[in-house]
Formats: sequence, C-alpha cells, structure tokens
Amino acid sequence: MTSRSAFWRGFADCAPFILIVIPYSMMFGVVARDAGLDVFRTMAMSVLVIAGASQFTALTLLKEDAPVFVALLTALVVNLRMAIYSAALVPHLGHARLGVRALMAYLMVDQAFAVAVKRYESPPPLSPAERVAYYFGCMMLICPFWYGGTLAGAILGQAIPASLSIDFAVPVCFIALVAPGLRSLPHVVAALTSVAAMLVFSGLPWSLGLLVATLCAMGAGVQTELYMRRRADRRTTA
Amino acid sequence: MIDDRAFWLLTAGLGIGTYLIRFSFLGLLGGRTLPQWLLMHLKYVGAAVFPAMITPLVLWPEATGGQIDPARLIAAAAAFVVGMRFSVLGAIFTGMGSLYLLQALGL
Repeated sequence: MTSRSAFWRGFADCAPFILIVIPYSMMFGVVARDAGLDVFRTMAMSVLVIAGASQFTALTLLKEDAPVFVALLTALVVNLRMAIYSAALVPHLGHARLGVRALMAYLMVDQAFAVAVKRYESPPPLSPAERVAYYFGCMMLICPFWYGGTLAGAILGQAIPASLSIDFAVPVCFIALVAPGLRSLPHVVAALTSVAAMLVFSGLPWSLGLLVATLCAMGAGVQTELYMRRRADRRTTA
Repeated sequence: MIDDRAFWLLTAGLGIGTYLIRFSFLGLLGGRTLPQWLLMHLKYVGAAVFPAMITPLVLWPEATGGQIDPARLIAAAAAFVVGMRFSVLGAIFTGMGSLYLLQALGL
C-alpha cells in the first residue's frame, strides 16, 4: 500500500462519519446563532477550537453568564480526553516531523481518532509513512465538513424544525463509535463502569464528572484484563 | 445576550488550551515510548470516555428540558445493538430512524 492509497483508505474509512459530522456541526451553528452570536463569531469558535462537545459546553455556560474562567476550565476539562488521544497516537505517529505533528494536533477529533487507532491496531500493519497518510486521510475528511456544517447551520439557523430532534445525532454518533469496540469482557466492564460512574459523579462541579468517570472506567478495564490474565495463568499452571 | 469580551476571551483561551492538550504528548514527547501501564490504560480510552459522554445526553436531553424521554432511550438502545452486531452507519440510521418512528407513533 502506498502513502497515497493509505490516505484515501483513511478517507473512505471515516466517510460514514460525514453523515454525523454534518448534523452535529450544523447543530452547533444553529445553537450558537440562537445564543446571540453572529455568523463570524460562530465560525471563529468552530475554526479555533474544532471540538464540538467543549464548544457546546462553553456556549451553554456563556449563555448562563458563568464567569469566563469557569466556562473555560469546564470546556477544557471536557477536552482533557484529547491528552489521552495525543498519548495514544505517539507509538503510531511519534516518528513524524514536528511541523507535521503540529498539524496533526490541530486536526485531532474524536471520530477520526477512533477510526485511525482501530486501523493501527489491526492487521496487516501499516508502514510509518502509511500511518501518517492514513491519519491525514481520516482527519482531512472531518475538518472541512465541520467548518461547512457550522457555516450552513449558522446561516440557515431557524429554518431547521425542532421536530427533527437533530440534538439526538450527538449521542447516536458516540454510540455508533463505541459499540463495535466492545468485543472483550474488559472493554464491556470499562463501558459499564463509565456509565455507572457518570451517574454517580454527574453532579460534580465544572463537568469534572466526565473526567472522573473516564479514569474510573479505564482502571476497571485494566483491572479486569489483569484479573483474566491471572486466572488464565493459574489454569495453565494447575 | 453574550458579552463580547467574555466570548473572545473564552474562545481564544479554549482554542489555545485545546490545541496545547492535543499537542501535548504527540508534540513534546515525540518518538519516546510510553510506560507499559499507561499503554494498557490507553487501550480502554474509547470504552471509558464515550459511555460517560452518552449517558447524560440520552438520559437528560436538553431538547426535552432534561426530562427522561422513553423514545430516546429505546432509540439509543436500538442504535447500540445494531452498532455492536452490524455497522457504524447502521447504528446511526437505526438510532435516528427509530427515534423518528417512535415520535411518529406518539411516544
């Protein structure tokens, strides 16, 4: 596989997410205009941040007249998960030049990250150059649609009927992302812990519940994996 | 009404902060290898983050004013089953489609 074909492979593998990025970004455009931002400010936020969940969080808190530092901290906490993405990509993409990695960092989004890492971890292995090309194939697809969708939503705005329940596209997208990955017991335990911990900690201030639930769930996944490994070891030695 | 100065402070801060988070390991720690315990935990990132993000969105949707909506619960469950058994795209269509169907049925 050449770098060029790896790029298009990534592009194709991420293509299904266009269907979800379009409504998601349009919804942000609609919600931002509704909150009183003009088209320019709405676009500025989508271009400078490109992180939907945190943009929605920031917007909601701004509307509620929360202090800027509280809104900022909350939205950054929502994005802290990307530090984990950043670390997870190091073994696969850490070899690239600094300038390339700087661009990769700007383009790092949930859906494309999940697709890219899933590909890197399945056979057949890609060469280092192919991994870089595949990453850009994934990310380049999402980014223009994110901008375009925000712009369309901001301009069309009020024309979208509330009866379309476009807000539901957000959790459906996350469900579609996570469900296929729950193939082993430790992954299922991690997911169930994540839900349970979120229910317990959702009342924590500043969206800290998400971070706490994530850390609990990762720990639960690892502990389940270690437990299964120990049990398998005992069985083979006995 | 959103205060303009507050908006730009927040957007600039969020833009820079989010970029630094994304750049952190990939940019500054470059070709270094990560410790084994960390790699083990990273395997579960997806399974750990997304369910926690999904839970409040499905249980207490803003569109219903934070009230539990049976149609959304059923549609989310349907999307999950299809996502596990079949495909990503199938899950998306099932989720949105079953919500529209249930709403049309008056649930």
